[in-house]
Amino acid sequence: MFQRTASELKTLLDQGTVSAEALIGEFLQALRAREPRVRAFLHVDEAALDQALAVDAKRRRGEPLGLLAGIPVAVKDALCVAGGPTTSGSRMLRNFVAPYDAHVITLLKKADAVLIGKTNMDEFAMGSSTENSAFHVTRNPWDLERVPGGSSGGSAAAVAACQAPLALGSDTGGSIRQPASLCGVVGVKPTYGRVSRFGLIAFASSLDQVGPFAHDVTDAALLLQVIAGHDPRDSTSVARPVPEYSRTIDQPLPSLTIGVPREYFAGGLDAEVEQSVRAALAVYESLGARIQEVSLPHSPYAVAAYYLVATAEASSNLARYDGVHFGHRAEKHSTLIEMVARSRGEGFGAEVKRRIMLGTYALSSGYIDQYYTKALKVRRRIKRDYDEAFGVCDVLAGPVAPTPAFRVGERGDDPLAMYLSDIYTIGANLAGIPAMSIPCGFTRGGLPIGLQLQAPPFAEEKLLRVARMHERATDWHTRRPTL
Amino acid sequence: MSLSADDVRKVASLARLELGDEEVAALTRQLTGILDYFAQLAKVETDGTDPMAHPFPLHNVFRADETAPSLSAEAALANAPQRDGDFYAVPAVLD
Repeated sequence: MFQRTASELKTLLDQGTVSAEALIGEFLQALRAREPRVRAFLHVDEAALDQALAVDAKRRRGEPLGLLAGIPVAVKDALCVAGGPTTSGSRMLRNFVAPYDAHVITLLKKADAVLIGKTNMDEFAMGSSTENSAFHVTRNPWDLERVPGGSSGGSAAAVAACQAPLALGSDTGGSIRQPASLCGVVGVKPTYGRVSRFGLIAFASSLDQVGPFAHDVTDAALLLQVIAGHDPRDSTSVARPVPEYSRTIDQPLPSLTIGVPREYFAGGLDAEVEQSVRAALAVYESLGARIQEVSLPHSPYAVAAYYLVATAEASSNLARYDGVHFGHRAEKHSTLIEMVARSRGEGFGAEVKRRIMLGTYALSSGYIDQYYTKALKVRRRIKRDYDEAFGVCDVLAGPVAPTPAFRVGERGDDPLAMYLSDIYTIGANLAGIPAMSIPCGFTRGGLPIGLQLQAPPFAEEKLLRVARMHERATDWHTRRPTL
Repeated sequence: MSLSADDVRKVASLARLELGDEEVAALTRQLTGILDYFAQLAKVETDGTDPMAHPFPLHNVFRADETAPSLSAEAALANAPQRDGDFYAVPAVLD
């Protein structure tokens, strides 16, 4: 039962074949059996059973039920759930108890979802492997010697390992799509502003966006439909109606042009990844789509622009961790300044410190024009590249990550190498457009490979329909790891 | 672009970040490498291009000027490392 999709489980629950209580029992059992090997979670909610019982009671009373009634959902630990721990993967927030729910959590509760627990992540969402968690390393369910990707690696691994059929993550430079690709699940980064960031622990505020993980595109559409929409508490969330994505998901696009950026295949792409991506393009061609080569001429500069913008915003956002209002405070100190600096020195891990330092430098007097402002100008050029490309195609297709999942510890000592692996995903964050990863193959060694699809702003409905076309013609999404 | 250990210490002080000597040494090397990589941005012609700080232009988002419930003092102080009644407590700023 726990290997099924959320849509299948929803049918079983609606038919009365299974109760929410029995279902959460199965998932908690599978979660606990697999957790010692996968370690996707930082916190399992003991009250999940009570949530399920409440849904069953509501159903018995004949009350209207939400879209996700009784479906377990795992949540990245960057999202606040009131009354429970929310660490963002950091020692800084080890003892933090969230005083309120993130907006997306309020919406999940309204939809009668069952929140099963909080998932592991790179500290403050900074990383591409989940190895930067202050707590433990999460393993890739397809190969326990390898990373699940990151920063939302716990959420991706939890869905891949069938510990939960759905999960939420956040994506600042690929943190949903890259782990989805490495774990063989579907992951969606919505348009900037489509989903409220209220209650998401901030990394880089002009790039961060919350989005779904699922076994297939239909499930991802369902979860996105629940979490999308305007929230007055996030001034950047957009007041546009939310389409019923799951109602149109099975309608193929009658005339579809897929743009393939030539820069994505220029070099550094693993041969097996390229082969699977090209095979996915062939699937679209066989479905009647036109494949058109396009150019994103500024994409070679995206990593540099991204890491300047993201670290500058992070250095400002993380200034709030001062040992005064919440979070870690150093025990020994004589002055206020020393207390603040020592609390931060003790509370943050190496990657977070590196990024605070980079961002502070990029914003400092004498360097801001050369680094930060320059990066913002390049960002606009990158956005214009996308605007031009979408003038001649409906969506863009290409790889998510240059390689499949790498080994734990393999890239530990080379931060720049880790940054460069974000090359294909960061453009969507800089431009604010929606993008997703869908399973499109496996390496000979049995590691999943993802296809990235990118669409114009607020074209999630089209993006999901295009993704579903590939999914209906293939069976990659039906595979589950042996654990 | 080469950073010195003193440059790193200066930035750390701006960021209110206490670093050990080993951390300063590692960051001096790593940040120099990363800034070298960033230098390629100089090759992009951006004269006449406005900086883009936000994906979509949004200005002056206001809500109605109405009171609404907010966190109680107790809830706001619940995570404080140290409190004194209804206040956050910090080391003395002035002697």
